[in-house]
Order: sequence, then structure tokens, then C-alpha cells
Amino acid sequence: MSAPTTTDTTAPERGRGLGDRIRFWWNNLPRPQQWAIGVPAVIVIALLPVIKPPIISTTAVDFGGMMAQFAMIALIAIGLNVVVGQTGLLDLGYVGFYAVGAYVVALFTSPASPVWNSADHGFFSGPWAWLACVPLAIVLTGVTGVILGTPTLRLRGDYLAIVTLGFGEIVRLLADNLTDVTNGAAGLQNVLFPEVGKSAQNPDGVFSSGNNSGTLNFGVWWFWLGLVLVIAVLFFVGNLERSRVGRSWIAIREDEDVAEIMGVPTFRFKLWAFVIGAGIGGLSGALYAGQVQYVDPKGFTVINSMLFLCAVVVGGQGNKLGVIVGAFIIVYLPARVQGIQVGDQSLGDFKYLFFGVALVALMIFRPQGMFPARARLLAYGRQVYAAVTTPVRARRAGTAGVEAKS
Amino acid sequence: MHALADGLVLASTVDFDLRSLYDGFWTLTVEGLTYGAIYALVAVGYTLVYGVLKLINFAHSEVFMVGMFGQYVALLLLGFTPSGNAYAEGTAMTLVYLVIACLFGMAVSGLTAVGLERVAYRPLRKRGAKPLTFLITAIGMSFVLQEFVHYVLPKFGGDPPLGGSTAQPGIRLVEQKKLFELFDASVFNLTLIIIGSALVLTFLADTLINRTKLGRGIRSVAQDPEAATLMGVSRERVIMLTFLIGGLLAGAAALLYTLRVPTGIVYNGGFILGIKAFSAAVLGGIGNIRGALLGGLLLGVMENYGSVVFGNQWKDVVAFVLLILVLMIRPTGILGEKLTRARV
Repeated sequence: MSAPTTTDTTAPERGRGLGDRIRFWWNNLPRPQQWAIGVPAVIVIALLPVIKPPIISTTAVDFGGMMAQFAMIALIAIGLNVVVGQTGLLDLGYVGFYAVGAYVVALFTSPASPVWNSADHGFFSGPWAWLACVPLAIVLTGVTGVILGTPTLRLRGDYLAIVTLGFGEIVRLLADNLTDVTNGAAGLQNVLFPEVGKSAQNPDGVFSSGNNSGTLNFGVWWFWLGLVLVIAVLFFVGNLERSRVGRSWIAIREDEDVAEIMGVPTFRFKLWAFVIGAGIGGLSGALYAGQVQYVDPKGFTVINSMLFLCAVVVGGQGNKLGVIVGAFIIVYLPARVQGIQVGDQSLGDFKYLFFGVALVALMIFRPQGMFPARARLLAYGRQVYAAVTTPVRARRAGTAGVEAKS
Repeated sequence: MHALADGLVLASTVDFDLRSLYDGFWTLTVEGLTYGAIYALVAVGYTLVYGVLKLINFAHSEVFMVGMFGQYVALLLLGFTPSGNAYAEGTAMTLVYLVIACLFGMAVSGLTAVGLERVAYRPLRKRGAKPLTFLITAIGMSFVLQEFVHYVLPKFGGDPPLGGSTAQPGIRLVEQKKLFELFDASVFNLTLIIIGSALVLTFLADTLINRTKLGRGIRSVAQDPEAATLMGVSRERVIMLTFLIGGLLAGAAALLYTLRVPTGIVYNGGFILGIKAFSAAVLGGIGNIRGALLGGLLLGVMENYGSVVFGNQWKDVVAFVLLILVLMIRPTGILGEKLTRARV
């Protein structure tokens, strides 16, 4: 009997960082325990802006609003992770998709929209207008992904990077200059939002920007909505990752030529990665448009694309939970520093200076990101995974016995 | 139907003015070449670093920006003060001052580039980091340099303070004078200085890379770092020199740019220009100095034509669309990646 050559992926990998220890611990828990720990953990995260822990919470920026922004950037990081982390395509113009998503919602629901009068269009006006626009934003942004991807995905590496960077700028410039369509630099005001939970105190519902005082302000509500979407998208992306699609992406990332030779239709799967990534970016944009209730081109500059990429790389490319931590860092650090006063100098001025230093330092001391993805077996379900990996361990443990007997 | 309406609106927003392109063709060409020459000089910095390290040095635009401040400080130290009028010091003295400012700008940029390499990239190389890690570091250093000029530099005083969020008031060293007419375009002394110096410097860089021993070292590292090391080429020294050359050229470009746009000295003033220059490098074929020159000039001229045909607000869109179109047809740029190819 020959020795099993499969790498034992469930072996504890000591000394490989916090992320691996957590992962090992988590993978070895039985499913009921995972639920028993996971659900309260999510609830604690959801309640953070309500509890406002003293040292953690931001002082100069509303903590709820910051968390809402974090949820949006987390969505973006998950979407960009599909493109950059899993498929290995360097996209420097991801902000373009974010912009398209935001503009779709704004164009359909803002009274300032030059192309669409939202006053009497049934579905696109009134309390459910925002929700009706969300699928539209996802689909149209996905289409934008096809439009960008079809001609450019034949390019490789850094050429793709500069072309996508150009695309991101083109989207912003179009939004800025096509005044007849997008209202130009003036932007689109009064974007609609889900009008639920109306009360005497909040005549427009809890998601309205009028609900800006107290513990449960609109930022907290948007954060909760965002958190629900993040979890939904995580399930979606997680399932994709373990399917044929996800395996193709990883094959493309590791070596595109080999993948093509082994029968992976690389172009088609690269395009899928682009479209799915774009769709998630569009969803995040829709969330942004609803929360801020105002969309203008200034929010969609190249710098934002860079920040999104930082979230992915800092968190650990390819690890969808890691990139959420990355998203938290890029939103939280600048916001936290903002409220600190040293002498008569507000450290808020230096927030991007610190951020830059932190980026450089992190890349030097932990170039793979905080929670890097590890190579592992990608199977359809947990049972399959366990069935495939357990015998390996059992066999390995029993090898000595077998040899002794023979 | 909605999409159709959108299309119609689109058509009405974008003017199509071929007439003024025809009328002002030569003027536009000369103007475009002026900007193109500046793009080309910055693009050489991108292209050299990319050729040797396969790294998009995003912080190169900040090296350029620091160079603008460098030459500005030099002019202040020489006793110039910002004013709306140009100085009239006579040709000889103007040239002397220009050269001093240029050398100062080059020194500042060159040192910044080398410092950048030492502080940020070398530790990564020692650890064998992935290309994306370098890119994020470059973005981080770009933030650091920009924000340093934005918030820290003004703390050192000066009247008006250096740095900060507003542009420095311009010092106009050279009086714009019309020298002669080329077809129907007026050629000014500034135009000649900018295009001339840019061409000379690019030519020097090209000669340095292709004809000298140092250049052979750079090319060998670009082609195969391990084999080059085995042949006795010091890789670290070559990388440092590559950054130095790129930085020096960016410093020279910074002076030329401020001659053309005296009020462009601001903490984020290098950003868009850097992206354009990088596009130019890719357009011509990254890793290739002649490609950088060709790409820079082409990008400068074409975006200038585009700004007249479609309107000035579409200038950048024209530049990026041109880049995408060229890469569709030639995926490695017009001249291809040549620095890495062997040459005897």
C-alpha cells in the first residue's frame, strides 16, 4: 500500500499566525457549536454601535454612520476579493462599479434626475422605490462589468490594471460631464430610501437622514441592513467558491495558461468573476446612495479604488472573512484618529498620513495580509470535505499498524 | 426605449467640433507636444522601474510633485517672489536660474525616489513579497508623501506657507515670447525649452540604458536578475540607480511643468499627471524608453485634439479611451516591452 500523497489540510498549523489558529479551531467544532458561537458573535457586532464601547467607538464621527460605511466597504471588499483575490485579476477601477450602482438608484429615484421623473412611476416612487432599484442596480452594474470585461479581459496583469484604472476615471468623468443625464457636478439630491418604521418622531421612517439623534439613528439602521446584505453575499460567494466556478477562478489565478490547457474556459470564467464582482459593487453603491441620499461624482475618484484594494490586500486576498477585517481597518482607522486631539493639533488632519504609514508597515511586516487565504480542498459541502479528509488522517495514523502486520 | 432616450441625450451633450481641429491643427499639435514631452519624462521613470522590478511605482507621481516643490524652494532661496508678472532677467541669467532650479528639483526628486526605494521597497524585496504587496506599499507611500506636503510641511512656516491644501502662488521665471511661426502655429520660447529639454533628457536616458556599461547592468537585471547577479552585477545597486534616474527625470519634468503651469504646485498636483504618464508608458510599451517618449507625445497630442473635438471636459476621457483602444490592437503597447530583450 502506497503512502497517501494528499496533503492533510486539516492538520493544525501551529505558528502560522492567529488566522490559522482561529480557522483550525473553527473547522474542528461541530456544527451546532459553530451556530452557537457564530450567531451571538454576529449579534454582538450588530449591537456595537448601540453599546458604543468607550475606547473603540469613534468620537468625532458618528459611530453608527461609520459602521454603516464599514458595511458598504465590506461588501465592496468581498466583491473585489472575487476579482483580485480569487481570480487574480488586478482591478484598479472598481470604484466605477460602485459609482454605477449608486447612480442607477439615484437616477431612478432622485427628483433632480434629468432622465427620469420619479414623481409618478409607481414602482420607482414611494416607500419601496429604493428596494425596487436595488436589483436593477445589481443587474445594470453587472452589465457594465460585461461591457468593461469583454474587450479588456484578454489583457494580462498590469495592462489590465491600467485599463481598469482608466475605466474607473471614465465613469467618474462621464458622471461629471454628462450633465443632461447625470446632473453633472451638482449631483442628485433626495435619493429615496426604504420608508419603514414611521413614527411621530421620525415621519420619514428610521432609514431617513432625519433620524439623526439618539442611539438608534439612521446610521445604525443602515448598518444593520448592510450587515444582512454582507451575510447574504458571504453565503453566495462562499457557495460559488466551493463550486466549479470557484475552482476555475483559483486555477486561473495560479496559472492561466495551465488552466486553459486543462480545459477551463478562462475567458468565460474571468468574465464571470468581473460580472459577479461588479454586481456586488453595484449593490454596495445602491446602499451608499440610499444612506447618503445624495450622489455626486466627487465620491468616486481613483483614490477610492486604491482604498478598496488596500482593504482586500490588508485583510488577506482570497479570504472573504479576512477582507471584511481589512474593510473595517480602512474605514475605522481614519475615523478613529479624527477625534483625537494632541495639544492644539487635531490628529484628524494626519489621518491619511498615519494610514499610509500603517499600510507600508503592514506590508513590510505582514506582506500576505492579516488573514491570508490558505490552500485547501474546495468541495461542495462540509460532509464531502470531511469524508475526503478524514480517511487521510485515519490512514496516516494507521500506516504504522498496517506495516507491522504485513 | 429608455436606453434609446439616454443615447439621444448623450449625443446632444457631446459636441462634435471637427472644424476647430482643422483650423487650429498646428497650434494644437505644438501645445500637445509640450504636454506630451512632460508626460514622456515622467513616463521614463515608470518604465525603468517597471522594466527592472515589474512594479507599478504608484508613488512616482509624488516624486514628481516633490520635485515641483523642490524647484520652487530653490527659486525662493534665489530671492524670487511669487508675482503675477514674469521676470525679465535677460536670456543668460534666466537660463542660469533655470538650470539651478532644475538641478535642485532633480536632486530633491532623485533623493525622494531613492529614499522611497530604501524605506519601502527594499524590505519587501528582502522578504520576497508578491507584486500586489509592492503596489499597496506604493499606494501607502503615495499617501505619506502627499499628506506630508499637505499637513506637515505648512507647520515649518514660510509666508505664504509651503504646502497646505492650496496651490503655491506661481513664480513666473520666463517671460513667454513668440519666437517664430511653424505653419500657422506660434512657437514660444517656453515651448522650445520644454520640448527641447525633454527630448535631450530622454535621449540621454536612452543612451545611458542602451550604450553604457551601467545600462547593460540595468538591462541584464531586467532580463534575468539571478543570472545578472551571477555575472557580477549588483542587483541592489542597479535598482537604486534605476530609481535615481527615474527620480532625476521626474524632477526635471517638474520644473518644465511649472514653467508651463506656474500655479500647479500643490500637494495632489502630481496625481493625474502621474496616471497620464503611466498610461503613456503603457501606450508606448512599458519597459521601453523610446516607447515612453512615443507614448507620451502621442497621448499629449491626441488628448489635445480630443479636447477640441469633444470639448475640454472630455480631455482625460479621450486619453484613457485611446489607451484602451491601442491595447486592444497591441496588447503590449506600440513598441512592445523592449528593455527586457537582449541587445549586444
